[in-house]
Amino acid sequence: MNWSWILPEGFSTVSGPIDDIYYVILWITGITFFITEGMLFYFIFKYRHKEGRKAAYDHGSTKMELAWTMIPLVIVLWIGYVSKGVWDEVKVDVPPAGLEVIVTAKQFEWTVTYPGPDGALGTSDDFETLNELHAPEDEAIVITLRSEDVLHSFFLPEMRIKQDAVPGQDITVWFEAIQPGDYTIGCAELCGIGHTTMGGTLTVYTAADFQAWSNSQAQQQQP
Amino acid sequence: MSTIEQEMVHTVEGGHHDHHELPFIRKYIFATDHKVIAKQFMFVSLFFLVIGGLLAAMMRWQLGFPNQPMPGGNILPDAMMAPTPSGAIMLPEFYNSLLTMHGTIMIFFAIMPLLVGLFGNLLIPLQIGAEDMAFPRLNMISFWLAVPAGILMLASFAVEGGAAGAGWTSYAPLSASGEFTGVYLGQQLWLVSLTTIGFSSLVGAVNYISTVINMRAPGMTWFRMPLSTWALFITAILILLAIPILAGALIMLLFDQTLGTGFFRPEVGGEPLLWQHLFWFFGHPEDYILILPAMGIASEVISSRARKPIFGYHSMVLALISIGFLGWIVWGHHMFMSGMNPLLGTSFMISTMAIAVPSAIKTFNWLATVWKGDLHLDSPMLYALAFVSMFIIGGLSGIFMASTPVDIYIHDTYFIVAHLHYVLFGGSLFAIFAGITFWYPKMFGRMMNERINKVHFAFTFVLYNLVFWPMHNLGLQGMMRRIYDFTQYEYLVPLQPMNRFISICVFLLVATQALYAFNFFWSMFRGEKAGNNPWDSNTLEWTVPSPPPHGNFPEIPVVYRGPYEYSSPESDTDFLPQTTPPRKPPVQQWIPEPVTPTPEGF
Repeated sequence: MNWSWILPEGFSTVSGPIDDIYYVILWITGITFFITEGMLFYFIFKYRHKEGRKAAYDHGSTKMELAWTMIPLVIVLWIGYVSKGVWDEVKVDVPPAGLEVIVTAKQFEWTVTYPGPDGALGTSDDFETLNELHAPEDEAIVITLRSEDVLHSFFLPEMRIKQDAVPGQDITVWFEAIQPGDYTIGCAELCGIGHTTMGGTLTVYTAADFQAWSNSQAQQQQP
Repeated sequence: MSTIEQEMVHTVEGGHHDHHELPFIRKYIFATDHKVIAKQFMFVSLFFLVIGGLLAAMMRWQLGFPNQPMPGGNILPDAMMAPTPSGAIMLPEFYNSLLTMHGTIMIFFAIMPLLVGLFGNLLIPLQIGAEDMAFPRLNMISFWLAVPAGILMLASFAVEGGAAGAGWTSYAPLSASGEFTGVYLGQQLWLVSLTTIGFSSLVGAVNYISTVINMRAPGMTWFRMPLSTWALFITAILILLAIPILAGALIMLLFDQTLGTGFFRPEVGGEPLLWQHLFWFFGHPEDYILILPAMGIASEVISSRARKPIFGYHSMVLALISIGFLGWIVWGHHMFMSGMNPLLGTSFMISTMAIAVPSAIKTFNWLATVWKGDLHLDSPMLYALAFVSMFIIGGLSGIFMASTPVDIYIHDTYFIVAHLHYVLFGGSLFAIFAGITFWYPKMFGRMMNERINKVHFAFTFVLYNLVFWPMHNLGLQGMMRRIYDFTQYEYLVPLQPMNRFISICVFLLVATQALYAFNFFWSMFRGEKAGNNPWDSNTLEWTVPSPPPHGNFPEIPVVYRGPYEYSSPESDTDFLPQTTPPRKPPVQQWIPEPVTPTPEGF
């Protein structure tokens, strides 16, 4: 059993910054946890009822109230500030695309549409894969995420990417993998009876290998 | 400024004192006495608490022992379980119904009616010195709306297609049409049932607010009100404002289901995100509806059992108010990954982070109340302290999800399952145990058995943590929530032992609750007799007999001081009831104002 609070390894350009914020919060909350719970248990032990003990008659202290208002406020606002930078990097500032694909979710599968040899989507040389996303490393993969029926959530745990697919909306998602290998695609939003089976594989290649794969697929799928 | 128009009540109700003995049906079934209604809510919602726990146990069977025959599964119909030679295996559609109904029942039929229906009814009139609620018949209606709602919800298990299976949040379009889930009537019953219980809560809220504003005893100023009443008052305001939004959304979804409208169905121009906005605009205040009364109960018990004034009473009140207020501007933190404009994510992150501040204020004030106290570690105190220590964990884990980039990874994983159970079970439910145990003598005139309660506390506390703490770890490993068979994902297969461990602990945790159930019923008949004030507490409910008679107070009490004057040098004992007049009354220090109902009565 893994009781660890260490995150599994990440393999995208944003996994580092996201994990860093996680660890910052883990430190802050971890220390707060030990201090507050420690105080609580110490007080419970120290001030437990004994014959002749009388509680202090004390209604509070403005100084202490100010302290435990202002210190948490500063800390959480700072966490919010550093979080904003990474959030913008992942969700707002989409970099120029190295590869553009369309991911279409429906009960209970992911269809990925690639631009084909001409590098443009929506042309006749586009080709598709089912429940597989193939991508080159070190390139920004910019995905247009769609759904045909209900909500799904496109989850790449190793890439630290998650985005709901909403019917009627095109949502842009991007990631850049930093190492070739096979990774997980999951659905993280309850989407019906077969929700649990809606998994897939993300395969990351070196640039050359991806080109080779892409060419072979394009040829196979041409009518 | 501060007095209460008790006379008004007398005029309206014609006085309670000369009441005659009511027939059984008016006294115990269609009762208007707030204490009876409180008990009715208690019995019904404890029943639902048991149901909700059993649903969770079944879910955990599937997660701990995926695709293995469930013991006793044979007695369930084939629509839920697939019969095999070795036993019945749970179907995914039934699993979806279980997760939906567990959440719905626990939130709307167990925790909320326990906190608001039970404690709101029991405590508000007694703690402010009123004879009953402002609108006793409305109060009766509130309970009798909850009952059919509960029956409809349970009945949905038996209809064709089974109970609703789109999650307690019922996100559209999954919930908007039976074609996506195979659940038609079940989802509609879910909608009708929730609309009905929503109406029940709404009626209750109107009553609580009117009662607190208008019926406080002479001298019961706003800042002499016990924190439990304060919390229930803020909660009632949240209910009053939030429930209509839910009702609107539910009715729109019902129309989408049955009349073919397209509010949430994109194929006819609807907007799925609208459901989420409406649901969470209700839902986040709802989350605070589920924790604020628990905070009030914990404050009450801790101050009384620590024999010490609550530290920073005014800060505690202001923190309750600011949590209530901030609760309205954070709903988007449930929707960071929803496809809502990511720029909105940042604003919702900041407002969400801000809620950590009043939560911290409350936590530190509880700690400071315990500090230098004289802690009587009897069972209500143990439950209340468990509330504080678990609320700390739930509050801290909330910061992870409030941070938008971290939420990308842990959103909709078991991390959120852990977080919400730390708040709702570790928080609300422990406070409910504290509250029921603490006010049990007031309700039934007898004490609960202390030894059984302590055993129950120890097992529940340990097992509870063994169940929910490792869920954080599951979430960090990337295990999604609401998933029928996680072993379908190769990277989650190594989590099998931990899931099995959690499931076994859940079974033990559920079984442990039998101790409390036994104690609850046994003590009603065999418990040690309790006097008026078994805990030596200060608030008004402890000045009347246990259980209090119809009409509560032989005469309306006069309040001279705050609710938490424990260990005051003014008293020879370590408590000083709110009704004790000042020892040497300074001349003209306080005189009950003439009772004239004024528009600005408060």
